[in-house]
Amino acid sequence: MSVEDGKSNQQEMLSVTIAGIKMKTPVMTASGTFGFGLEYKDFVDLNKIGAVVVKGTTLLPRSGNKGRRIAETPAGMLNSIGLENPGVDEFLATILPRLGEYDVPIIVNISGNTVEEYGELAARLNVAGVAGVELNISCPNVKEGGIAFGTNCASASSVVRQVKNNTNLPVIVKLSPNVTDIVAMAQAVEEAGADAISLINTLLGMSIDIHKWRPVLGNVVGGLSGPAVKPIAVRMVWQVAQAVQVPIIGMGGIVTAEDAIEFMLAGASAVAVGTANFINPCAVQSVADGIKDYVRQSGLSHVKELVGKVNI
Amino acid sequence: MPKMVVDGRIVSNTEISVNVKELVLYAPEIAAQAVPGQFLHVRVANSYHPLLRRPLSISSADNIAGTVRTIYRVVGQGTACLAALSSKDSVNCMGPLGNGFAIHGQRPLLVGGGMGLAPLMFLAGALCPRPIEIVMGGRTKEEMFWKDMFHVMCNTIHVTTDDGTLGSRGVTLDVLPDLLKNGAFDMIYTCGPRVMMEGIVKLAKEYDIPCQVSLEDYMACGIGGCLSCTCAGNDGSRKKVCTEGPVFWAQEVMP
Repeated sequence: MSVEDGKSNQQEMLSVTIAGIKMKTPVMTASGTFGFGLEYKDFVDLNKIGAVVVKGTTLLPRSGNKGRRIAETPAGMLNSIGLENPGVDEFLATILPRLGEYDVPIIVNISGNTVEEYGELAARLNVAGVAGVELNISCPNVKEGGIAFGTNCASASSVVRQVKNNTNLPVIVKLSPNVTDIVAMAQAVEEAGADAISLINTLLGMSIDIHKWRPVLGNVVGGLSGPAVKPIAVRMVWQVAQAVQVPIIGMGGIVTAEDAIEFMLAGASAVAVGTANFINPCAVQSVADGIKDYVRQSGLSHVKELVGKVNI
Repeated sequence: MPKMVVDGRIVSNTEISVNVKELVLYAPEIAAQAVPGQFLHVRVANSYHPLLRRPLSISSADNIAGTVRTIYRVVGQGTACLAALSSKDSVNCMGPLGNGFAIHGQRPLLVGGGMGLAPLMFLAGALCPRPIEIVMGGRTKEEMFWKDMFHVMCNTIHVTTDDGTLGSRGVTLDVLPDLLKNGAFDMIYTCGPRVMMEGIVKLAKEYDIPCQVSLEDYMACGIGGCLSCTCAGNDGSRKKVCTEGPVFWAQEVMP
């Protein structure tokens, strides 16, 4: 076997197709932790990663929340950015063309105040260069929209249906863990036409400054992410994997390849690296490299062979 | 200039005042590129607690020795981890991050409060041989170890302390009106507590002297990806302290 063949085999070993989106590796970036991708270009070859899921985008620009926006917690962090973003028009006009220089699927995470806004966003993003949309119905940091749609099966379904009616692109739905029954939510969005499910968004949390007797975050509460949430995320992926047919993108505290493999064994067909991008700007690449080593060392021929293989 | 992430070997990590340490890192790639005002983003421990990196402003870079120096106060868990490291260790370090100061004018005035003096030290070195005047403020004499460090680079040093144990009693802002009235400064650089910088910017405006401020904020990624550290720009846009700053022209971000 020539060196060339070896290389292509290695690449084949990791390639996956999620909801029709072809990816070179099953490792994506989690929305809100990787900017629009370009911010990381000095550290990661964007051409080599699974997919870039860009910062949550809204119809109009948003300036985000006031006051302190992050707080470090044991093995994690709270954030309450509040969906700061330049708006979909600016994204389409100036950011998407720059991303077009890279050979990587671009998935746009979208967030609306109303069902109609989700539809409108999806319609505007139904353009060349966008590989898919991820519906953020789980942001804990904005008053209107966001999580309001993600904690009620009927509202979640109507958002998904509205978006499906407005785009030909694959539709991924990012679910909130802040619900009593994650399986019911997953089944509802699948039923409504979701092509894939991202699990999990952040868990609602709070930190208090005991010297000032005040919340650390300006927004009082925020979303918890990082290694601290991983066991919850793995559990939710595993539960949902038993109940739906559509592929699951697992995320929540993935720092290493070992973390990612846990998610895949639980039933995730792909994974996303989030908070770890802040700790190691090359994390998305090192996780993919580690998965490749693991697959090879385990005597498997493809990463797909890991998906859902946990023995109960 | 590309940003990078390297494992920097610790050359020294020594206490220079009460709870203040000076860290010298061997990181030639960063040393070769760093300009005054930029910062390092340091992984203080290979653990999940603390999880996030710590931004530390660069106090000097020695391109020949391949070293960068940062001066930090031990204030919390992260800096305590850093303080515990010694010359056998190395730390993972992103840098050089952010935008630096504009080298502008011939008669610069530097105004620094507390640890805000750390980036101004690198700047003072770059402004040489211009005649530099600096106003430095702190709570007490022990905090004014800076005076000796700036001595060789500055023509005139004004010191203020809250308790009057060194220099004049009061804050930097107290001495500024007289200096601006009598001096012929054509550029002001400031870094320190927000309230101090706001006062200085107001005076700079009054005297029509261009002014740059160096801001700080809580940040996670340090490279514009997380939007933890954005601040309101005067043009209505949000400015990222990590990539569009930490150095801004006063009129961009200050009231």
